[in-house]
Amino acid sequence: MTAQVVTIASGKGGVGKTTAVANIAIALASGGAKVACIDGDIGLRNLDVVMGLENRIVYDLVDVIEGRCRLRQAMIRDKRLPDLYLIPAAQTRDKSAVSPSDMIRLCKELRNEVDWILIDSPAGIERGFKNSIAAADRVLIVTNPEVSAVRDADRVIGILEAEEKGPPALILNRLNPAMVKQHDMLSAEDVLDLLAIRLIGVVPEDEGVIVGTNRGNPVALEPKSRAGQAFRNIARRLNGEEVPFIDLEAGTGFWSRLLGRK
Amino acid sequence: MFNFLTRKRRSAESAKERLQLVLIHDRTDLTPAELDALKDDLLETISRHVDIDPASVRIDLRSEGRAQRLLADIPIKSMGRRAKKK
Repeated sequence: MTAQVVTIASGKGGVGKTTAVANIAIALASGGAKVACIDGDIGLRNLDVVMGLENRIVYDLVDVIEGRCRLRQAMIRDKRLPDLYLIPAAQTRDKSAVSPSDMIRLCKELRNEVDWILIDSPAGIERGFKNSIAAADRVLIVTNPEVSAVRDADRVIGILEAEEKGPPALILNRLNPAMVKQHDMLSAEDVLDLLAIRLIGVVPEDEGVIVGTNRGNPVALEPKSRAGQAFRNIARRLNGEEVPFIDLEAGTGFWSRLLGRK
Repeated sequence: MFNFLTRKRRSAESAKERLQLVLIHDRTDLTPAELDALKDDLLETISRHVDIDPASVRIDLRSEGRAQRLLADIPIKSMGRRAKKK
């Protein structure tokens, strides 16, 4: 087994990185893959609550790096999917407790255990982000159709290019099709024009995401959820499948053009 | 896109146009003021070799995908007019 390491980053906070990691991990693991997620946000642990695993934490990422436990001991098994694991962030430490080479070493060991390693990068472009991309084979950028989120995404893409980590793929999260139709929200086509990277998923705004987070049950577990479907599609595209994009902008011809182009 | 009832531009278009400008300056690490200084320097250098009309010069930053380029359109004054000037 040699896992692919996929880091989810964004630049701006609050755009849905953690939600994306939880849902893509669940979708990949539901498809039979063995998946480990790493919460890269040392000091601001969150992936555990989003996945509903906060009560099971004994050891964390920093415990593994500093040798207080073995890797296996810090891998919390998901309560729904037997092949899904979480390595939580330390809550009482800061980013300086981990270095990029620590992450590379940890992922090297973990690669032999699972098929996929998903790393939830913290917001920003500093140490925590650098740690999170150090071992990445691929990077997914999450953004929202808003000026500040798109601008920060562009900065992160620029840094990834400079570090020769690219080209990343884009997850456009919280798209509101009604607002796009009224020309009061950037469309997927607008954001792709601006950022000029490949699209891997468009996730519609969906109240179910908040409800799911409230309960610790990510929407990818809900067969009928539109956002859940979008995350499941991202997981399939990560696996190399050609999956048509959900038609969020009927009538604009964008999706057919997009697929025609590929 | 224009909404003719309110005569107000829809906000998505403003967002895209504003982002296009901001991203070009972010990516090149050039402020609008620095870009103006660069244009002045370019014009000064070129004027030393050929006769140009500064008012008809266009120098812009454009993006093509993720690459930025500096595009200059600098009409050179015709020989006839230059001869007259001498």
